[in-house]
Amino acid sequence: MNNNSQHEIRFHGRGGQGAVSAAALLSLAAFEDGFNAQAFPKFGSERRGAPVEAYVRISSSPIRSHNQIYNPDVVIIQDSTLVHSEPVLEGLKDDGLVILNSDHLAEQRNNYSSGALWITVNANQISEELLGRPLPNTVLLGALAASTGWVSLAALEKAISHHLVKKGETIVTANINALREGYRIAEQQEEAIS
Amino acid sequence: MDTRDQFRTNVLTSGHRACAGCGEAMAARMVTDLIGPDAIYINATGCLQVFTTHNQQSAWQAPWMHSVFANSAAVASGVEAALRARGRSTPVVVQAGDGGTFDIGLQCLSGMIERGHDVLFVCYDNEAYMNTGVQRSSSTPHAVRTTTSPPGRLSEGKHHLKKDVISIIAAHHMPYAATATVAYFPDLKAKVEKAMSLKGPRFLQVLSPCPLGWDHDAALTVQISRLAVETGLFPLIEMEYGDVTGVMRLARQRPIEDYLHLQGRFKHLFGHQNDNGNVEIRHLQALADARIQRYGLLDAETEWTTASAAQTERHGRGGYSISAVKQEVSS
Amino acid sequence: MKMLLEGSHAVAEAVRLCHPQVIAAYPITPQTHIIEHLAQMVANGELSSEFISAESEYAAASVVLGAVATGTRAFTASASQGLLLMTEVLFNIAGLRLPVVMVCANRAVGAPINIFCDHQDSMALRDAGWIQLYVSSNQEAVDSIIQAYRIAEACELPVMICMDGFFLTHAFEPVDIPEQTAVDTFLPPYQFSRMLDPKKPMTLGGGSEPDNYLEYRAALHNDMEKTLDRIQRVGSDFSQQFGRGYGGLVEGYRLEDAEIVFVGLGSLIGAVQDLIDQLREQGQLVGALRLRCFRPFPAAALVRSLSSAKRIIVMEKAFSAGAGGIVATELRAALYQAGLSIPVDNFIGGLGGRDITPSILEQIFHTSVSSDAAIDCRFINKDDMSHAEGNATTPGEGD
Repeated sequence: MNNNSQHEIRFHGRGGQGAVSAAALLSLAAFEDGFNAQAFPKFGSERRGAPVEAYVRISSSPIRSHNQIYNPDVVIIQDSTLVHSEPVLEGLKDDGLVILNSDHLAEQRNNYSSGALWITVNANQISEELLGRPLPNTVLLGALAASTGWVSLAALEKAISHHLVKKGETIVTANINALREGYRIAEQQEEAIS
Repeated sequence: MDTRDQFRTNVLTSGHRACAGCGEAMAARMVTDLIGPDAIYINATGCLQVFTTHNQQSAWQAPWMHSVFANSAAVASGVEAALRARGRSTPVVVQAGDGGTFDIGLQCLSGMIERGHDVLFVCYDNEAYMNTGVQRSSSTPHAVRTTTSPPGRLSEGKHHLKKDVISIIAAHHMPYAATATVAYFPDLKAKVEKAMSLKGPRFLQVLSPCPLGWDHDAALTVQISRLAVETGLFPLIEMEYGDVTGVMRLARQRPIEDYLHLQGRFKHLFGHQNDNGNVEIRHLQALADARIQRYGLLDAETEWTTASAAQTERHGRGGYSISAVKQEVSS
Repeated sequence: MKMLLEGSHAVAEAVRLCHPQVIAAYPITPQTHIIEHLAQMVANGELSSEFISAESEYAAASVVLGAVATGTRAFTASASQGLLLMTEVLFNIAGLRLPVVMVCANRAVGAPINIFCDHQDSMALRDAGWIQLYVSSNQEAVDSIIQAYRIAEACELPVMICMDGFFLTHAFEPVDIPEQTAVDTFLPPYQFSRMLDPKKPMTLGGGSEPDNYLEYRAALHNDMEKTLDRIQRVGSDFSQQFGRGYGGLVEGYRLEDAEIVFVGLGSLIGAVQDLIDQLREQGQLVGALRLRCFRPFPAAALVRSLSSAKRIIVMEKAFSAGAGGIVATELRAALYQAGLSIPVDNFIGGLGGRDITPSILEQIFHTSVSSDAAIDCRFINKDDMSHAEGNATTPGEGD
């Protein structure tokens, strides 16, 4: 992927899955890596289970726009049911990337064939194992780091330690493990694809 | 530098523009002189603000500020917070009419008390919007004639009861709330002094007859406010943390007509064959009786001693009771 | 120190640096994160302020009124319905000449109720006697709060920092939070000159009559106009000390030879600047002018910046029902007064949080340049939104 221009990432999730936090973590990590970054939610009332969007821009030059993201380089889908109900792929660049939280790969790719690359990670299962709850966001961030290289794993780890410090060391460690697991799986998939 | 006049120290000085016989001017003069000039006074919009400040003239010899009608308690909250931030302990006093207390100012007052601001809030209660020309407020008693509760073929004046604001205020679990009138200066003095000796939010409701709005002889202001107490319509009570802790007992109850017939605002109730008026007079009598019963104003034995006789004004015609009343209220 | 912070958090950091001794507020979306951060700072002992949780915005404004009149620096923030509930008190603060500083997290006004960004709330308060600065980024919000106290205290007039709700308040962006010592140098301690003090008793807020009221109000207008210089000066002092500036009253972008100039306020301007770059690459002579200071209205500065434009496009997120765009109307008056007859096209959009997308902006540009007559006041409505991704239709056609 092109490392010089501005990268735009769109998160799709459901209220309670941590899409907004994931966007914040990603921007913090990119900033830690020395980039300009911007993160914000699509603005809506806070309701558990409702579709949620969040946006991140990462750029080496200052970011001026405060628009929502219409032509993302990457969409991260935290809940696979959204693929059927929300226009999650709308505006995705032809050579874009989809990171999907799912245990099915082939079905999804066949239904939505485009030039985009699909990475699927069973982030629910991983987070249930590591965090005791289906909180897929850090797993998927790990996958994003592995498949784009736009942020370093170290910066994401630092962002998690900083952002979740109030929740205690156990939670921080579990999330970092989830992040690393997501990174590992995505790395494997990329190798398999290429 | 102290820029104050060394020779005239009244907080509310002469030369203001109140009507003759104004109960509020009298009450404000008493209250502010008891507190003194080393305090900050916040005033709601109303008669007191209008007749004491006019075109760059002011009758106030203490720091005094008026903002708007409804917000005096909130402004005082800010003043008190600022004093706390600056490490000062200057007393803060709000003065408002019944409109600025019972009606438009009630929310800010409730907030101020709930947050525990160290402020004395004084309500000069003249039972209607006098400044705008005598419109009914929620403090206006039942059956009173005002310009917005006029008697007519279908009406005998205000339809609704006077709001029991002291109970609402006291229900905030606050240190001190009391009623007083201009007729009993020693009683008023004792209550202001008690209020000033305490910390936290405190409240004083001072019945202040208005010759204009009540339509009475300007010479009768004090007498009428005394009758309001002696008929039982306006009990003098003290409340601490929600409990009644003091009432001024009455030696005897005066009939309600003694109070009503001196005031034009009740005139429509009297007259030949005014059956509705008679009903309302009986209703007002029942309200007075209920208050006497509620606060036990006649129930306890009156203990006349030389000392209490010497302070008849503080003790009314009956005497001050604390413990007897507490039982009465709780039973 | 440069950090990546949520806008509301950055605002709270800026407020902390200014040492307000009293903070009063009532929660309302999208202002809440600002006061939550401040409450936490007070709870943690990082900020020595009296934090007053008022029972309404009306009371919150009244608390800061009382606090400033008693010789402290104070802060409040609100939005939308809350700002309108403050209205009576905000007029009063200006009339009393109290240097209160507040943040408005701009939000739409009901009905229908809507929690998202537009400028209707603060625009409705334009006649209150408050200086209004509209910021375009969270960095500017931080810097403007620090400037606001200096402006307010020098002029004894209140300042409202208007920042777009959600677009800025909820966005994580890199922000350079100045050092405390630098802010202390820029902003020395302050006490209101006519403060309530028993040693020097004064009457504030007394009555007036027909024979002197007008002079008080005229003085307010004249003093507001005089603050234009002060805002400019404080802005340049700030950029001298901190190395960041926002043009003071107005901020131009590629205006040198621009024939068509976009005029707007707030966070929208970033997308406009992106569009300007794109159109410039296509050879179009376009530029942008951001109105940073809306009250007092910087008519002279606007005329200076726009005098060589051939067409002006005003894009605003508020309007006066029955009259049209507020900024456009005032700008037209300023141009007329200066003897300039430049057509001003007025577009109203982005109401209630609707994003003004880059393609809509582009469409507005094409609509504007292809229209013979000046466009009086046109709403970018839903139909235009749906067609926006193509570029065949004209915004507001069929209105």
